[in-house]
Amino acid sequence: MQPAPIYLIDKAPPTPPEKAPRSQPEAAPAAPQPTVRPPSALLQSIADLAQRKALTMLLGVISVGSLFLFWYVGTRYQLEFYIRFKNIPTPWAVYEEAVKVLASGDFYVNVAYSLRRILSGFLIAILIGAPLGLLIGQYRRVREMFMPAVEILRPIPAIAWVPMAIMLWPTSEASIVFITFIGAFFPILLNTVHGVHSMDGVLLRAGKCLGASEPRLFWHVILPASLPQIFTGLTVGMGVAWVSLIAAEMISGQYGVGYYTWEAYSLVNYPAIVLGMITIGVLGLICSGAIRLAGVIVMPWLAFAPGGRK
Amino acid sequence: MSELNRGLIEARDIGVVFGSGSAKVQAVRNVDLTVQPGEFVSLIGPSGCGKSSLLNIAAGFVRPTSGALTVDGVPVTGPGSDRGVVFQQYSLFPWLSVRKNVEFGLRMAGVAKSQRESSARTLLGLAGLLAFENHYPDQLSGGMKQRIGIVRALATSPQVLLMDEPFGALDTQTRTVMQEILTNMWQRFRISVLFITHDIDESVFLSDRIYVMTSRPGRIKAEITVPLPRPRTAAMTQTPAFVDLVNRLKTLIREESLSAMGSELQSGGVSGFGIDVGPEGVGKLI
Ligand SMILES: Nc1ncnc2c1ncn2[C@@H]1O[C@H](COP(=O)(O)OP(=O)(O)O)[C@@H](O)[C@H]1O
Ligand SMILES: [Mg+2]
Repeated sequence: MQPAPIYLIDKAPPTPPEKAPRSQPEAAPAAPQPTVRPPSALLQSIADLAQRKALTMLLGVISVGSLFLFWYVGTRYQLEFYIRFKNIPTPWAVYEEAVKVLASGDFYVNVAYSLRRILSGFLIAILIGAPLGLLIGQYRRVREMFMPAVEILRPIPAIAWVPMAIMLWPTSEASIVFITFIGAFFPILLNTVHGVHSMDGVLLRAGKCLGASEPRLFWHVILPASLPQIFTGLTVGMGVAWVSLIAAEMISGQYGVGYYTWEAYSLVNYPAIVLGMITIGVLGLICSGAIRLAGVIVMPWLAFAPGGRK
Repeated sequence: MSELNRGLIEARDIGVVFGSGSAKVQAVRNVDLTVQPGEFVSLIGPSGCGKSSLLNIAAGFVRPTSGALTVDGVPVTGPGSDRGVVFQQYSLFPWLSVRKNVEFGLRMAGVAKSQRESSARTLLGLAGLLAFENHYPDQLSGGMKQRIGIVRALATSPQVLLMDEPFGALDTQTRTVMQEILTNMWQRFRISVLFITHDIDESVFLSDRIYVMTSRPGRIKAEITVPLPRPRTAAMTQTPAFVDLVNRLKTLIREESLSAMGSELQSGGVSGFGIDVGPEGVGKLI
């Protein structure tokens, strides 16, 4: 633990000093490892690891930092160069708005509404999309029955469903959930179908020889074999669901972060617009992170799959 | 003791035709073949002569166009756990641990959890793989995966074991080890084995009897009893009896491969002769 940072500093000159300690916990476990490698090689590898991690962090900071810098400079000097920063709030104004808004309850109500809508729409999309996808993938007749309709409906963006949804459903709440569902449904369905099709047929035969009946084959072989693709569908579906949700909330909603953002524009509360955007981004990030985490938990074997998860 | 008398495979006058019209292929014609209970029988022949088709009929994946195949007198109508199958490709379920893979057949049969766990452990112990019971298949070498494939096929106590070039993808070293492990397992479980290979040495080393098939449409060209005593040892592969038999089989296969090439040259296309690279004989899936 002690000699590592010393070595690390002269081994990794481009590392900014404030970044080096952060990578230390990563490198630390390698130090007490019983190994036959000469100490210099060990130190070398620690230094390499630290250097790689530090570089990753540095680039991350540069990436996000330049975004903020651009925003700050643009609003501070009110740049006007094709795009106009005149009405754009400064980062500081947005921060102040955030502090104010986070202290009041309304904002959380909006977030809660959006989350409830996305979870309902997404869950319904999984419950219908995944089983239907498995059946379409496995049975030709089911495929021939459903796919023509799917092919017609699929290219229609969820947003285009807004007027129809308002007519179809009794409440605006139901129509927003429906639009969110539409957004998530097709990616989940089609990826599941693809998962079944790309399954190695020998697994199906192995399952049959081991005495699996048709329904059990679905549960014990076809479903787990398609899971990686289903999760791809969930990731894509979650992204599209957010797009659809925000659009629906902006057009027909009451409550929700999309509604909040649009409302802010109508009320000429510009910092709130940016705050709404950031909230949408963060919520989307959390949702896709949750799906990724669920994938790691549900499919532990993928950690060892050739060419699988890194 | 009645177990000893089970596992009789009888194929009578089997014919297999794939496709129809101009795409029609007669893969197998008039094949009679018997595997006695507890016998180890190999099937060899040039690529595309219908070996996999025959094995897939026994496994229940393909229906014969004519003739019938029975196991212990009962016609095969579909796949089932009374016949264990080991595939050439790795066919372990990647999402299950090694032990869960071995348990799969017992689980489908409704065997209680604790009981199937202990059976799986026992079998894995016999194959020297107990230490890997909680690994995932993707963590193991090809030879280990294939050993587990065999163990998994044996877990439901089938009467017959059907193997389609199970060691085809393994290197020579691993192959030799696998052959010994297979012989041990076979003797311990006393089940009938129908074994397909394109490795002639392997067929002689393992088998009681060998069927040699003609090129397509595949018929039985010769049926040869291997005169070597058991247990077989590596040293036996140097004896004149072994070498002579291998040479005789090589000549038979070469004749057929050449005739297959001749007919394919005439029909305007040479494909996959010599080394067995033919499609995996998945006909009409049942
Ligand atoms: N599903 C199928 N459809 C059409 N032809 C097939 C099919 N399966 C096998 N064949 C053909 O039948 C012949 C025998 O195949 P196969 O049993 O796989 O031979 P082998 O295992 O001896 O190489 C080959 O010519 C092959 O092309
Ligand atoms: Mg074959």
